[in-house]
Amino acid sequence: MSQISVRNVSKHWGVMAAVEAVTFEAAQASLLVLLGPSGCGKSTTLRLIAGLEEVSDGRIFIGGEDVTDLPPARRHISMVFQSYALFPHLSVAENILFGLKVRKTPKADRSRRLERVASLLGLGAQLERKPSQLSGGQQQRVALGRAIIAETPVCLMDEPLSNLDAQLRAEMRHEIRTLQQKLGITMVYVTHDQSEAMSMADQVILMREGRVEQAAAPDHLYARPATAFAARFIGTPPMNILTLSPGDDGTVIAGSQARILSQPVEGLLLGLRPEDVTLGGEGIAARVLNAEYLGADTVLTCAVGSQALTTRISGKATSAPDAAVRLAWRPENLHFFDAASGHRRDDVAAFAATDPGGSTQKRLA
Amino acid sequence: MSPARLRTHLHGWLLLLPAAVLLAAFTYYPAIATVLDSFFSTPRGARPSIFVGLDNYQAMVQDPIFWRALDNNILYSMSTIPLTIALALLMAVWVNGKIAGRPFLRMAFFTPTVLPMIAVANIWVFFYVPGYGLVDQVLGLFGLPAHNWLGNEHTALACLIVVAVWKDAGFFMIFYLAALQQIPPQLREAAALEGAGRWYFFRRVTFPLLMPTTLFVLINAVINSFRLVDHIIVMTRGGPDNATALLLFYIYQVGFKFWDTAYAATLTVVLLALLAMLALGQFLFLDRRIHYQ
Ligand SMILES: Nc1ncnc2c1ncn2[C@@H]1O[C@H](COP(=O)(O)OP(=O)(O)O)[C@@H](O)[C@H]1O
Ligand SMILES: [Mg+2]
Repeated sequence: MSQISVRNVSKHWGVMAAVEAVTFEAAQASLLVLLGPSGCGKSTTLRLIAGLEEVSDGRIFIGGEDVTDLPPARRHISMVFQSYALFPHLSVAENILFGLKVRKTPKADRSRRLERVASLLGLGAQLERKPSQLSGGQQQRVALGRAIIAETPVCLMDEPLSNLDAQLRAEMRHEIRTLQQKLGITMVYVTHDQSEAMSMADQVILMREGRVEQAAAPDHLYARPATAFAARFIGTPPMNILTLSPGDDGTVIAGSQARILSQPVEGLLLGLRPEDVTLGGEGIAARVLNAEYLGADTVLTCAVGSQALTTRISGKATSAPDAAVRLAWRPENLHFFDAASGHRRDDVAAFAATDPGGSTQKRLA
Repeated sequence: MSPARLRTHLHGWLLLLPAAVLLAAFTYYPAIATVLDSFFSTPRGARPSIFVGLDNYQAMVQDPIFWRALDNNILYSMSTIPLTIALALLMAVWVNGKIAGRPFLRMAFFTPTVLPMIAVANIWVFFYVPGYGLVDQVLGLFGLPAHNWLGNEHTALACLIVVAVWKDAGFFMIFYLAALQQIPPQLREAAALEGAGRWYFFRRVTFPLLMPTTLFVLINAVINSFRLVDHIIVMTRGGPDNATALLLFYIYQVGFKFWDTAYAATLTVVLLALLAMLALGQFLFLDRRIHYQ
């Protein structure tokens, strides 16, 4: 059953549409990530679900109930803010208990729940401290504690980890995911970090300029991006998007002889993930532009015709700039997009040439 | 000391010198001289000033007008301070909210502060004029009789209190407004999600977070209430029958009307001691209960 249902929701500030006709559903006890570049309307969408902003159009359902016109307090949700929004003059315990005190929960019940949340989050030793005396990670935990002590079925998070350093972020990411599954919370999680989305989400809603670009599970989003934008947004380094042009006997990478399709097709983009490109053997001819050594692997940028193509190879690359190399890939790893609309074009995949170099090479099946 | 360091020190002192000279000449010397003067008699004509020990203080204790002025001042402070602060806070919360014409309201509330004290006093004298002043005209609409507000022993001090509150509330509002804008709006949203109402949020979050401002405003309000003199000179001259004589006005009268400078110095020392005690008490008592960001 879907716990949260956002139906055709729009939000306009004057003439500017921050969110436009957004529709998605979050299943019970699942983690849904709203992903997208800064300014694409993720926070606004989350705030609409929370009731902190009023929708311009559309309906929002939580737990089967239409909450579109209900105030935040009556939507049975909790929320973690990007800035944590801790009350600076209250102790950690008071911060966590704030909501229970507002709702006049009995004292015995309060202390029992506080104890449980504190031990769950490892905050037992900090309960009497003020937020300013805590580290960033501990403050984050307090904000989390304030959200989960309410025991609401739905929890909303707006970039909760963006103020933490990289290592802590990875730890907390795991911790939040574990907590969400353990407590069976339905969570809507906003982030602009695709790796956060990929590692945590059951379902990703990729947004762009106020609209849903693609809604899919992380593996699907990676394997079959619906648009060139989605293709570029997921994965590090991002997917190569190359311009194709119709040649003499098929479609080639613009400015080169590298044959991609056996039929000439106009206005097409080729998507190719760096990790799907292999070096050496009998691939197409390319020239190394630049090599970025990252430790476990090296990102090699090569020129193919007028286009640049990155490839990720393990270890340290031996190829120096300007060296001639050969690049190869499997036909099933090619993605095609319409150059004008950016939409995925699976119809042309059937024409994929098995010999990208135009030669008669045979590659691993 | 090496020449280079010596030069640094010299430069430092030279830079401090102008401010130090001004402070010494106009703050420290007069303050010390006042304390010393309070132990001497006032020089009159051929009689020079002589050391009289605590005689001036003894005279003060037996001076009924001093006690009247002190009583008046305590009453004046006890009413203006809470009223001003409450009104300032109320106005600040109001103009901080999302209402139409907010910039206009902010300016309107602040205007009394910008007006010169003497002009303010004159305007209010006119308001209080028996019969055709604004106050009586408005009351007349309800059929109430004319009243000599400033001429009546029982209403004169209240009239001054109203003027002081009207004048200072806008000034203090600015401090509250600045402090309110420092409070992140997410705090209100976080509280709203928990179902906290406006009053609950104000009581548990806004007001405690405003405490540093409240302490600052409180100390200023206390000082203001003990240094009022211009309104009194314009509006009542301390009358009728010393009903509006406050401490500083009485000091002014003793010093510059009766030219009893030694007694004026004595009163000044007492006023300063009183203010110092109040400020210290406020800091020691309140500072521990305040959360500073
Ligand atoms: N209160 C507001 N008033 C006007 N415009 C806003 C407001 N809040 C957000 N916006 C605009 O809406 C768009 C989406 O914002 P937001 O949802 O915060 O993006 P993000 O995906 O980075 O969280 C942005 O262009 C932003 O400038
Ligand atoms: Mg945002």
